[in-house]
Amino acid sequence: MTLIRFDKVNKWFGKLHVLRDIHLQIREGEVVVVIGPSGSGKSTLLRCINRLEAISEGQLTVDGFRLDDPKTNINLLRQEIGMVFQHFNLYPHKTVLENITLAPIKVRKIAKEEAEKTATFFLEKVGIPEKAQAYPSQLSGGQQQRVAIARGLAMKPKIMLFDEPTSALDPEMINEVLDVMKALAKEGMTMVVVTHEMGFAREVADRVIFMDNGMIVEEGTPEHFFTNPREERAKLFLSKILTGGRASKR
Amino acid sequence: MGNWNDVLSYSGKYLSGLGITLEVSLYALLLSLAIGVVIAIFRVTSSKLLNAFGAAYVEFFQNTPLIIQVFFFYYGSPAMGLNISGLACGTLGLAVYTGAYMGEVFRAGIQAVPKGQMEAARSSGMNYLQAMGYVILPQAVKIILPPLTNQMVNMVKNSAILSTIAVTDLMYQTYLISSDTFIVFEVFIFAALLYLTITVPLSTFANLLERRLQRSS
Ligand SMILES: Nc1ncnc2c1ncn2[C@@H]1O[C@H](COP(=O)(O)OP(=O)(O)O)[C@@H](O)[C@H]1O
Ligand SMILES: [Mg+2]
Repeated sequence: MTLIRFDKVNKWFGKLHVLRDIHLQIREGEVVVVIGPSGSGKSTLLRCINRLEAISEGQLTVDGFRLDDPKTNINLLRQEIGMVFQHFNLYPHKTVLENITLAPIKVRKIAKEEAEKTATFFLEKVGIPEKAQAYPSQLSGGQQQRVAIARGLAMKPKIMLFDEPTSALDPEMINEVLDVMKALAKEGMTMVVVTHEMGFAREVADRVIFMDNGMIVEEGTPEHFFTNPREERAKLFLSKILTGGRASKR
Repeated sequence: MGNWNDVLSYSGKYLSGLGITLEVSLYALLLSLAIGVVIAIFRVTSSKLLNAFGAAYVEFFQNTPLIIQVFFFYYGSPAMGLNISGLACGTLGLAVYTGAYMGEVFRAGIQAVPKGQMEAARSSGMNYLQAMGYVILPQAVKIILPPLTNQMVNMVKNSAILSTIAVTDLMYQTYLISSDTFIVFEVFIFAALLYLTITVPLSTFANLLERRLQRSS
C-alpha cells in the first residue's frame, strides 16, 4: 500500500524554486534514503511530508490525507508521523520521560501511567532506560538523539522521518544512533531518511533517492548507487562522500 | 521632628491610599499580562493581519502619554454611554498601556526560544496553542522574567497618574495630606518609602524566582 505519494509537486521559497516536479511514491514498510548535495532540497522534501513546509503546486497524499488541501486536519496526520531532527530539539525544560510522554498525553489523550509505561518501553529499546529522570542537557548528543527517536516512536506513528539525524554527532556516537534506526527499519517501520551514512543505506534501505537542484535526479537500490549510478552528478557526489568526504564535511 | 509626628498622624490615610494603589496595580497587572500574551502571540503568528494589529497596538500605546490614555477612558467612557468608576477607568488605562510593554517583553522571550522547539512540538501533533503553552512559554519565562519585573515596577510607579482622575490612591492621599499640613518634604518622602514597600519586595521576589529557574535547567 502506498503511504506517501508526491504527484508533480513544486515548491518555491519566494522566487527560489526548491522542489521541481517531484514524483515519488513510498510504500508501507519501505525504507527510503535521500541523498544529495547541501541545498538540493532534501530537508524541504522531508518537511513537506508533515507539512512543516506547505507545497506550492501539485498533489501530496500521506496516509490518505491530502496535504495540498487547506481543510486537511494536519494535527491528526502529524500524530501518525514521527520526526527526528538534526539538532534533536528535545524540550530542555522537561525530563527525558516528560519529553516522551508529552504528546501521547496531550495529543493522543493517553493516561499518564500508560504513557509512562510506553515511554519506558521505548527508552529500553533505544538503550537508555536509566536516563528517564535526566534532563536533556545531562545527556550526550547520541543519547539525546536516541531519546528523540523514542519520543517519535511513543506516538506509535506509521511513518518516521529523519533529517540528517547523525550529522550533528561526534563520530563515536553515530553508530549508537544508526543501530537504533537499523533495528527500527528491520521491524518494518516506514522510514524516510536524509543521510549520507552509506553504510546505513547499504544495510537497510530499499531505495536510495539522489536529489540535486530541487529534482530527483536518480533513484534505485543501494547496490545500484554503489556499482553503477547513471548520472554524472550522482557519480561525482557519491565518490565524494565515499572517499572520506564524510569526515571533511563535518 | 515635629513634621514627622504630623506626617505619622496621617498614617491611616496613607494606608488607605496604599491599599488602593495595591488594588489598582494588582488588577492592572493581571489585565496587562493577559493583553501582553495576546499581543505577543499576534506578533509571532503567521497571520499578516494579526501581526499588523499587534504592531499597531504596541506602537500606539508605547508612543502616546499614559495620562492621555487614562483621560481617554475617564472622560471618554461617559461619552460612549458607559458608566464605569474612575478606579476602573484608571486601571483599564494603566493596563492597556503596560500591556503594550508586556507584549514586547513576551515577544522577545518567545522569539528567543529556538525555532526547532516549535517544530518539534507541532510535528508531534500539538496545535499552536498547545505548543505555546507546553513548550515555548515555559522556556520563554526564564528570558522574560527580568524585563517583566521592570515593567511591573514601572507600572506600580505609573499608577500614581491615577490621582489626576480622582482615584484615591497613595499619590492622591499624599497631595491631600500635604495641603492639609503645609508640609511638603516629609510628606512626599514618606509616600516614596511606601511605594518602595511594594516595589522592593516585588523585585526581590522576582530575583529569587529567577535564580531558582536558572538552577533548574
Ligand atoms: N524557510 C526557508 N526560506 C527560504 N529559503 C529556504 C528555506 N528553507 C530552505 N531554503 C532554501 O531552499 C533550498 C533547499 O534547502 P533544503 O531543503 O534545506 O536543502 P538540503 O536539506 O538539501 O540542504 C536552499 O537553497 C535553502 O537555502
Ligand atoms: Mg537539510
